[in-house]
Amino acid sequence: MIKRELIVVGGGPAGMAAALSAYENGVKDILLLERDQFLGGILNQCIHTGFGLQHFKEDLTGPEFADRLIIKIKAIKADKAIEVSLQSFVVKLTDRKVVTYLKPGKFEEVQAKAIIMATGCRERTREMIPIPGDRPAGIFSAGLAQKMINIEGWLPGKEVVIIGSGDIGLIMARRFTLEGAKVKAVVEIQKESRGLVRNIVQCVQDFDIPLYFRHKIKRIIGHDRVEKVEVVAVDENLNEKPETAFDITCDTVLVSVGLIPENELIEMAGAEIEDLNTTSIPGIFSCGNSYKVYDLADSVTRDSEKAGKQAAEYLKRI
Amino acid sequence: MSKYDVLIIGGGVTGTSIARELSRYKLEIAILEKEEELAFGVSKSNSGIIHPGTQNPPSSLKGKLCVQGNLLTRKIAKELGVDFKEVGELIVIFKEEDMPRLLEIKKEAEALGIPKLKIVDKKWLAKHEPNLNKDIIAALYAPSAGIKKEFGNLPRFHIGAVSDNKDPNQIFESRFVINAAGLYADEISAMVGINDFKITPRKGEEYLLDKKLAKLTNHLIFPLPSPTSNGILVIKTSDGNPMIGPTAEDQIDKQDKSTTEAGMKKVLENVQRIVPKISKDNIIAYFAGLRPVSGKDFIIRHEDKVPGFISVAGIQSPGLTAAPAIALLVVKLLKQNGLALKKKILFFHKHRKPTVHLFAMPVEKAKALTKKDPAYGDIVCRCEMVSAKEIRDAIKRGAKTLDGIKFRTRCQSGRCHGGFCTTRAMKILAEELAMPLTEVTKRGKGSEIIKESRKQ
Ligand SMILES: Cc1cc2nc3c(=O)[nH]c(=O)nc-3n(C[C@H](O)[C@H](O)[C@H](O)COP(=O)(O)OP(=O)(O)OC[C@H]3O[C@@H](n4cnc5c(N)ncnc54)[C@H](O)[C@@H]3O)c2cc1C
Ligand SMILES: Cc1cc2nc3c(=O)[nH]c(=O)nc-3n(C[C@H](O)[C@H](O)[C@H](O)COP(=O)(O)OP(=O)(O)OC[C@H]3O[C@@H](n4cnc5c(N)ncnc54)[C@H](O)[C@@H]3O)c2cc1C
Repeated sequence: MIKRELIVVGGGPAGMAAALSAYENGVKDILLLERDQFLGGILNQCIHTGFGLQHFKEDLTGPEFADRLIIKIKAIKADKAIEVSLQSFVVKLTDRKVVTYLKPGKFEEVQAKAIIMATGCRERTREMIPIPGDRPAGIFSAGLAQKMINIEGWLPGKEVVIIGSGDIGLIMARRFTLEGAKVKAVVEIQKESRGLVRNIVQCVQDFDIPLYFRHKIKRIIGHDRVEKVEVVAVDENLNEKPETAFDITCDTVLVSVGLIPENELIEMAGAEIEDLNTTSIPGIFSCGNSYKVYDLADSVTRDSEKAGKQAAEYLKRI
Repeated sequence: MSKYDVLIIGGGVTGTSIARELSRYKLEIAILEKEEELAFGVSKSNSGIIHPGTQNPPSSLKGKLCVQGNLLTRKIAKELGVDFKEVGELIVIFKEEDMPRLLEIKKEAEALGIPKLKIVDKKWLAKHEPNLNKDIIAALYAPSAGIKKEFGNLPRFHIGAVSDNKDPNQIFESRFVINAAGLYADEISAMVGINDFKITPRKGEEYLLDKKLAKLTNHLIFPLPSPTSNGILVIKTSDGNPMIGPTAEDQIDKQDKSTTEAGMKKVLENVQRIVPKISKDNIIAYFAGLRPVSGKDFIIRHEDKVPGFISVAGIQSPGLTAAPAIALLVVKLLKQNGLALKKKILFFHKHRKPTVHLFAMPVEKAKALTKKDPAYGDIVCRCEMVSAKEIRDAIKRGAKTLDGIKFRTRCQSGRCHGGFCTTRAMKILAEELAMPLTEVTKRGKGSEIIKESRKQ
């Protein structure tokens, strides 16, 4: 079996920052595995600005932020110091630090002395809230819609209702509007938004998009494609006030109700997430959104640099 | 005008099972199906249980066909390369006063010829089903109950080569017509003047639980049956995710397959009584289906008033289990009414290669396969680890929609519900079927996924 010093799984800002910092702290044999065809992770689809204000002291778009890290990785000339393997999908991790990954034409097993997991997060879905009703086409998670518009150049819908007023939901309200779609409402069950004030102003208020607090989607209706949603107000205890129910016609429902760390591989190895970046198995680390859900890519980068250092120190100790 | 020996209206489990049975003979057969793909009607939403046949009166047609179908399904699953697992079912009781009813069910089941039934006690249950409510005092154990992989899928595999016919407004002529139109069987029969039955849609809501609960139960767990349904149960599926449900509510609308808050509450309350550990937070997906109900039994008969017309209606549960037996009965009716059956010698393609899933084979074999065909190493669906190759294979086997891909490969049915893989699956579908992306649908016309594609 092939052996390496350090394997980093995930090539988003967390994985890149961790690999760079491990290198700077003396690790010279790093394999960075990324499932996608590009480095950058979710940043590639976040084409709005607001990234890097803390870390680079500049207002960058997501892809620009990613690029800063990618350039640094490419600048390292030493052979294999950071070897990037794209289209490499990790399917298994064991407590003996054996990583199994697939890439077109290859099925590899590699053993490392230390591993950093930086696999990001996934979105919570309609099924997890859960919203009853029909199951037509036209229901998307906000991130999927973002990918369709920004990466693929597709318009998923023309009359949109967004569930959830976190940053991703707010940003998508603006994005759909700029693409010529009509955002008919953003519906939030809490009494205020979790998102940044700047996003509420610039993404919703500036476009006169109705934002309903203390309201929830009670039902999704539509035979083949979404036709409408039923909305109802709720009280402080989130109990429905049935007399307030009303319908909004739309062809699309965007679900933006939070993120969940992707930790299945760590669970597979029998490890549990512990304090900052560490797990119950010494030498297996977790950073970025797979460690916990961060609001900002800047904070992800800062904490993931620590993970790189932690791994370097661990490798010196053993 | 095209001429056929037998026309089958409806390509659900019933229609396709009949078609497969008939394709043993030298006959021209056609299936007419209104949906985009086969088995997108009632058959799309079954629980995948191959019932042993308990809980049916010994005099009922559905009881007899279920017992026979249970045996036949094992054979067909082998021929078509579909997983079948015999897991057994338990019908549980809480009170000593329910014992006489349980014994009666056992007696009826024995009269139907269901094998190896026995009453098991608390001690047996504690050993074999540790998560059951401790108040359960006994159960009827029917070991021949089974589950099959890829629910809804077996029927699609029943027929080998199908040629698609997209020409609108064609006239099909045939000596024999079989009405296997599921929920719409009453409307089809009415067209030829048969008005003595009506189909009532009986909704069943089902809730899928997280794979982490794969070991929740070892058997299918039923409560004692009630008059309207076999009850809400805890279902073991071969994919690992337990399923709970279904409800049984009669309605008028033949298209309303929505789930409801009341339905979810009812399902949870009922299953928590059997397995207290289950909670609302375990739910990861849900859907509803409509059973085509007409009275208490199946209606399978030659309509003497309209010679050559056969009704196969009211195929409610256990229609999936009974389908292969229904097919044999229909062939018999056709023969009795004058259809000449001459066996094909060479051309009945009984077997179908099983599908290949990289993670269901030994590592060395998987390595060799990815080397041979790089597309196996190209993972599209990360939750269920489905490769581009599997998706392309599914399309070659007949998938035309995202749901068709999902039902065959599990792509989009994992934790993220398609959040990561939908765009890629759409692109593969558009490429394989040479259609624009804007025409890719969830389950047929009207359910297009995107409105516009702006990239050239
Ligand atoms: C839809 C969405 C929109 C967001 N928008 C913003 C925003 O506007 N502003 C902001 O500051 N933050 C935003 N975030 C938060 C954002 O996720 C973080 O800021 C940051 O990008 C997280 O970095 P990460 O490296 O931890 O995760 P990611 O960027 O998600 O990177 C994880 C990487 O791991 C790879 N990977 C996962 N599993 C495997 C595997 N098994 N094998 C190989 N590779 C694997 C993935 O392909 C991915 O490239 C958004 C998050 C989401 C989900
Ligand atoms: C929730 C639920 C769970 C179930 N679980 C189980 C189980 O675990 N085990 C079991 O044994 N059974 C189960 N059943 C029962 C089983 O699914 C049905 O008995 C079976 O699928 C019926 O198949 P069918 O082919 O008769 O009907 P359908 O699948 O509905 O097929 C009829 C077809 O006819 C087509 N059609 C209708 N009108 C026309 C027309 N005018 N022109 C052309 N085509 C037309 C329809 O589109 C449809 O595809 C369950 C049912 C439900 C609802």
